[in-house]
Amino acid sequence: MIEARQLTKVFRDRKRGEIRAVDALSLRCAPGHIYGLLGANGAGKTTALRLLATLLQPTSGSAEVGGYEVTAAPQRVREQVGFLAASTALYGRLTAREMILYFGRLHGLTEPELAARLQHLADELEMHEFLDRRCDRLSTGMKQKTSIARTLIHDPAVMIFDEPTLGLDVMAARAIVQFVRRCRNRGRTVIYSTHVMSEAEKLCDTVGIIHNGRLVAEGSLEELRARFGERDLEEVFVKAVGGEGERHAA
Amino acid sequence: MLPELHSHPSGRLGRATLTVFAKELRDTLRDRRTLISTIVVPTLVMPLLMLIAGTVATKVVRRAQAEASPIAIVGGADSPSVMAELRADGRFQIVDTPNYREAIADKRLRAAVELPPGFEAALVRGEPATVTLYHYESELRSGMGVGALEEFFRKLRDRTVERRLAVQGLPMELVRPFAVRRENVAPPEKVGGNVVGGFIPYLIILLCFTGAMYPAMDLTAGEKERGTMETLLCSPVPRTAIVLGKFLTVLTASLASMLFSVLSMSASLVVGAHLLGGGAGALAGPGGSGSPAGVLFAVISPWGMAGVFALIVPVAVLFSALLLALSLLAKSMKEAQSYVSPLIVVIILPAMMGMLPGVELDAKLALVPILNLSLACKEMLSGVWHWPYLALIFGSTTLYAVAALAGAVALFRREAVLFRS
Repeated sequence: MIEARQLTKVFRDRKRGEIRAVDALSLRCAPGHIYGLLGANGAGKTTALRLLATLLQPTSGSAEVGGYEVTAAPQRVREQVGFLAASTALYGRLTAREMILYFGRLHGLTEPELAARLQHLADELEMHEFLDRRCDRLSTGMKQKTSIARTLIHDPAVMIFDEPTLGLDVMAARAIVQFVRRCRNRGRTVIYSTHVMSEAEKLCDTVGIIHNGRLVAEGSLEELRARFGERDLEEVFVKAVGGEGERHAA
Repeated sequence: MLPELHSHPSGRLGRATLTVFAKELRDTLRDRRTLISTIVVPTLVMPLLMLIAGTVATKVVRRAQAEASPIAIVGGADSPSVMAELRADGRFQIVDTPNYREAIADKRLRAAVELPPGFEAALVRGEPATVTLYHYESELRSGMGVGALEEFFRKLRDRTVERRLAVQGLPMELVRPFAVRRENVAPPEKVGGNVVGGFIPYLIILLCFTGAMYPAMDLTAGEKERGTMETLLCSPVPRTAIVLGKFLTVLTASLASMLFSVLSMSASLVVGAHLLGGGAGALAGPGGSGSPAGVLFAVISPWGMAGVFALIVPVAVLFSALLLALSLLAKSMKEAQSYVSPLIVVIILPAMMGMLPGVELDAKLALVPILNLSLACKEMLSGVWHWPYLALIFGSTTLYAVAALAGAVALFRREAVLFRS
């Protein structure tokens, strides 16, 4: 379960002054559901997800992730979370196996647990062929699989994906989308940020449209289409974002 | 889902630190650039360069010593026996050249001697005479040539004095009423300590720093640049464990680099001493002043060396923590290099000040990091143990080191530092 309540993050920049990257964001995602955070570049998606993953501390507001408060028990939250982003890279000088085992150990898994989990993940993701190859010598697809195995080694209840298909080719992106769907089917709580409309349409049970750090629209795909009178999600998005622009102007 | 992973915080911090340390060490050992800068260069390249430079220098000096010095004689036509003696002396090769000054400047001649007219006759009559030696100041071969000439004429003078006294029936003591003798009271290690004592700590301090430099940058700014820092921060280990794990890796690299190079330099000194016999003093560096390497080893107190290593540990901790904190501020390796490189000068200056003669350890200087180590090492290597100062140095350096480490940990908790973009 993920529940954010008035989550706010303000950055102070010497040149630009105060920046409200995330502004009073409230959202809720239940186990077995995928919540899609849709927004343009710079809308605040990454900051919002980093707040939920406790990589950043909120300026105000709160959030509960996997049964723990992000401000009170960030370590406990991280134990529950698998975080995958385009910016979370692999250690190039470690092999895929060493990379996955390292994160398993950081999560406090015992050696027998680790061995069993690694075997299971390598079977499921078809990784055996390249497990002992160094990460910097893996293809993009292999790297992606290794990253996925890294996020899953501790079998997290909550999965946070920050634009995981960014920069991937069609096949690798498809594999990610299938994997996210599998996570939901296994009862995990999934939050997924993207600016690719087709991905959101394929995956998300609930879509939240974020603009300038604020959630400007939220609902199931059908609810959003009905509310904005558009079939195409891109049109829905533009209307939702444009409406916010008008509100700012007013 | 797996059962929740709760365990006692202190055990967990220790275990997490070790996990991070083990991984970082493995990662660092696989990094070719780190290996080259921390191990290969100090272990192989530096001693090899020193050995080559020393061998070449020794060979050149030996050849110059073995060769007869080409010299010119000006005048002397009326002093046949002195001329004959000079010609018969194997150390000289007499060259006929009118332009002796130019020839010395061009290094065709090492020196020249000018005998005044009627030199031998003046000697017989007991009249004063002046022999002039021409040489080129600070030129090694010219120095050898003129040195040999001086010795030749000193002996000639001694013989002349002896002959004149004998003619008069007077004893030699008449011109040498008393003798002056020097006696050294410094124990041999004191001499060795002063000779190399300034140089060894300087080298060790520098190696400790350069050994820590690359890993510190790689494990912080490098991780940010490659995007692995964010991956690491997703894990549930305490931030302190991450910093400590990284810090231990940098410290290990620093100490290993220093130890490897000290061992390899000692080995190459021994090898050099065997290869070159007594002439390997040049290898001992600026402080060597020509004493053979074997003698150097014999005179350095092993306890002094142990003391140097004991005092270097807090300095290595200080360097590692400082470098880690500094490069953590950078968002790329390039930026980290621009922060760290100027620091080398800051390190070298106090280390070099310790080599200056006359700068001695006192209570105030014992609080100045690096300089205090440099001075204390000089003392310990010469067998002098000022325990209160040593305690002060160890204590103050440990304090600085702990402060630097606390600074690195505090920086690691600041998201503005970790997520700088």
